[in-house]
Amino acid sequence: MNLTLKIWRQKNANDKGKIVDYKVNDVSPDMSFLEMLDVLNQDLIDKGEEPVAFDHDCREGICGSCSMYVNGQAHGPDSMVTVCQLHMRSFNDGDTIYIEPWRATAFPVIKDLIVDRSAFDRIQHAGGFISVNTSGNTQDANAIPIEKENADRAFDAATCIGCGACVASCKNSSAMLFVSAKVSQFALLPQGQVEATDRVLNMVKQMDEEGFGNCTNTGACEVECPKGISLENIARMNREYLKASLKG
Amino acid sequence: MALDSKIPKGPLADKWTNHKNNINLVNPANKRLIDVIVVGTGLAGGSAAATLAELGYNVKAFCFQDSPRRAHSIAAQGGINAAKNYQGDGDSTYRLFYDTVKGGDYRSREANVHRLAEVSTNIIDQCVAQGVPFARDYGGLLDNRSFGGVLVSRTFYAKGQTGQQLLLGAYSAMNRQIGRGKIKMYTRHEMLDVVIVDGKARGIIARNLVTGEIERHSAHAVVLGTGGYGNAFYLSTYAMGSNVTAAWKAHKRGAYFANPCYTQIHPTCIPVSGDHQSKLTLMSESLRNDGRIWVPKHKKDVEAIREGRLKPTQLAEEDRDYYLERRYPAFGNLVPRDVASRAAKERCDAGYGVNKTGEAVYLDFASAFMRYGKEQAHVKGLDENDEALVKKLGQEIVRNKYGNLFQMYEKIVDQNPYETPMMIYPAVHYTMGGIWVDYNLMTSVPGLYAIGEANFSDHGANRLGASALMQGLADGYFVLPYTIGDYLADDIRTGPISTDSKEFDEAEKNVTEVINKLINNNGTKSVDHFHKRLGKIMWNKCGMARNEKDLKEAIAEIAELRAEFWKDVKIPGEANEYNEELAKAGRVADFLELGELFAKDALVREESAGGHFREEYQTPEGEAMRRKEFQFVSAWEYKGEPKDAVLHKEDLVYENIEVKERSYK
Repeated sequence: MNLTLKIWRQKNANDKGKIVDYKVNDVSPDMSFLEMLDVLNQDLIDKGEEPVAFDHDCREGICGSCSMYVNGQAHGPDSMVTVCQLHMRSFNDGDTIYIEPWRATAFPVIKDLIVDRSAFDRIQHAGGFISVNTSGNTQDANAIPIEKENADRAFDAATCIGCGACVASCKNSSAMLFVSAKVSQFALLPQGQVEATDRVLNMVKQMDEEGFGNCTNTGACEVECPKGISLENIARMNREYLKASLKG
Repeated sequence: MALDSKIPKGPLADKWTNHKNNINLVNPANKRLIDVIVVGTGLAGGSAAATLAELGYNVKAFCFQDSPRRAHSIAAQGGINAAKNYQGDGDSTYRLFYDTVKGGDYRSREANVHRLAEVSTNIIDQCVAQGVPFARDYGGLLDNRSFGGVLVSRTFYAKGQTGQQLLLGAYSAMNRQIGRGKIKMYTRHEMLDVVIVDGKARGIIARNLVTGEIERHSAHAVVLGTGGYGNAFYLSTYAMGSNVTAAWKAHKRGAYFANPCYTQIHPTCIPVSGDHQSKLTLMSESLRNDGRIWVPKHKKDVEAIREGRLKPTQLAEEDRDYYLERRYPAFGNLVPRDVASRAAKERCDAGYGVNKTGEAVYLDFASAFMRYGKEQAHVKGLDENDEALVKKLGQEIVRNKYGNLFQMYEKIVDQNPYETPMMIYPAVHYTMGGIWVDYNLMTSVPGLYAIGEANFSDHGANRLGASALMQGLADGYFVLPYTIGDYLADDIRTGPISTDSKEFDEAEKNVTEVINKLINNNGTKSVDHFHKRLGKIMWNKCGMARNEKDLKEAIAEIAELRAEFWKDVKIPGEANEYNEELAKAGRVADFLELGELFAKDALVREESAGGHFREEYQTPEGEAMRRKEFQFVSAWEYKGEPKDAVLHKEDLVYENIEVKERSYK
């Protein structure tokens, strides 16, 4: 396959940035999208130009590093995959592909397609944990049975990889899906009950301070989430938040 | 310097308890005066940073990723072992200890492994208390599954994302301490040297990967939880950024490097599809609980399959060779990884590989679908003879157990593994070798510690499945935070370590010089060009089977390649900006040194043990042949070029386990 790429290039946070056109030839349908970019970068290096910078690490859809808008969709056209798992067989010979970074006030661009997602970490610092010391001297792991359905739902929420596709896809740049996934994981487990009030209040407060927008229930986040994190989590977080606000 | 493993005296089962009772402690008020640097935020580094901060030390944690949550522990799939015996199938601390030592082909330390087995149960308790959502049964209790090399079900899991859930648990423990200000987190930072002052590790030089700035950080002790070095092979299941740099710099500053040749080549990975490939993807060992491995019995069927004339599902049962079940009836498809990988290689080398390249075998779930389906039909009172229904019911069960893995396979290979067997082949996955440490996890440099995959200590020559997560968390949560106190007890009056010293000057100068050399090299070939060539040498000559001739060639070829790299590598951009090629160049430069030491270690070890298979030393049945005279740890001391490295031997003593033939028949 031969492709035309239109890629966002931005030297650093202060640079204005622009779309630059590239040609990449002899792409195999078995390549992943990032391997296709490797080919482009190799070509750029050979020509003495700077390669396109993008975040990536595990390349198996679990670390959450990779983050790019492909033809106007977070992680590209395929559903339930990160862009590292997107394969070129999803494209056709002669295609023009637009590649851009996540766009959100809370995710400033570092370089080219790389954005700063440390706001996500700071929300977790505010309450994304259970305050138990790591002494190992807790009670036996089987002391509290947990209904399988709740354990499974907590797991589903906990599979969030923190990539930020939800924020990037949201017209308001809201981080509600991300935050609610962590709030829900703990809300569904007995271990998470003790600090439930503080947790949801603190995490939501931090989320607002970071400059993420509000949720207007559009649901784009759920559609674009590579891990299928459900909108139900947002509803659960809203209930938790209301409960906590009335208590507090 | 003589190697002192500092294994405590006394009966095996009491060593750890007695040791903890007798080592020095630092009182809580004094812990506030002590700084500790932790490099790496995977299961080992993350859990250590959290626990040290919780104990009261001031922790500075470093990772090269943009968040500690992205460390490659996140990609571990199948599970974590613990001797809980919840299944009542006869498990015990001793059995976990025994299985691990045997699984490691009698090349690990008894005392370390026993301690690992002892604390394994605390890990599960701890993780549940932290809100890690392990799989549960309908009674609400924790579920288990089996892994290779054992005859009990002791593996706890969270679908195919156990590593993710455990890492996010450790990450949450870190977040609690970051929020309290007890951990200062440095993301997108890479450690480029360790600073030794008066013979003790007192800090690191790190590069800010966003600005390119070179920074000095001091502490009273430095802990490396920086993972393994399998990316020396270029293609592996490691993350793209996984590297040996921190460990190698420590080695160059005096930390002995142990058993570099012990590499785990995992039997069930998605085969290589072409030259463009940047990494390989694992299909969890847990799949061998339910999947059966086979190749066709007859070459004519192999040909027909390769040419697309025959589908694997059309091949009659009697024309299939379930070679693991045939060769190892007792353990069947659940033999340890080294054994399974070699058996796959043997079949493919003999011409029975089932894909175009001839390097793939089948992992087939058809019989599991039927087995689970029948059970479900029975439970639900449905027709057990309705084959389509039974298959569908069975597929649902398998989907629940391994859904994400099946999805991942389909995305990569573009074939539906519910309808046709998976194709798999071995790939580099883990390194048992690493920085030499004593019982306290301290390296041969005082004040420098290595934990998790970065050290060598617990897995001998072959690691059992679901034991990496166990060791990472054991080291980080429950071992290092105690043992480091014994060392730091002498530092309560030291006060803050200044970064304004000749040692820091010298280390920073070294780092800057290397960066300047790389960035101004004006060569003609990219970093990847050299990395790929190194990978080919490693895979072809230091891979699943090794011999004297190949290893000697590998040593010469790697040395040549290294010289060529320094002459001809080309790095675009500048040093004072985000520059991934520059970061990669530094890592590949270190792989080019490590690779040679790796080959040298493999050459010296004239025996076969675990993942290290020397063709000259095998039994008539083709199994690994250990030799008594090699019952030692090889610990290499840096002396300039890898060829000049000096070998120190730590003899391995087995007082509680009889060293015998490692059989899984």
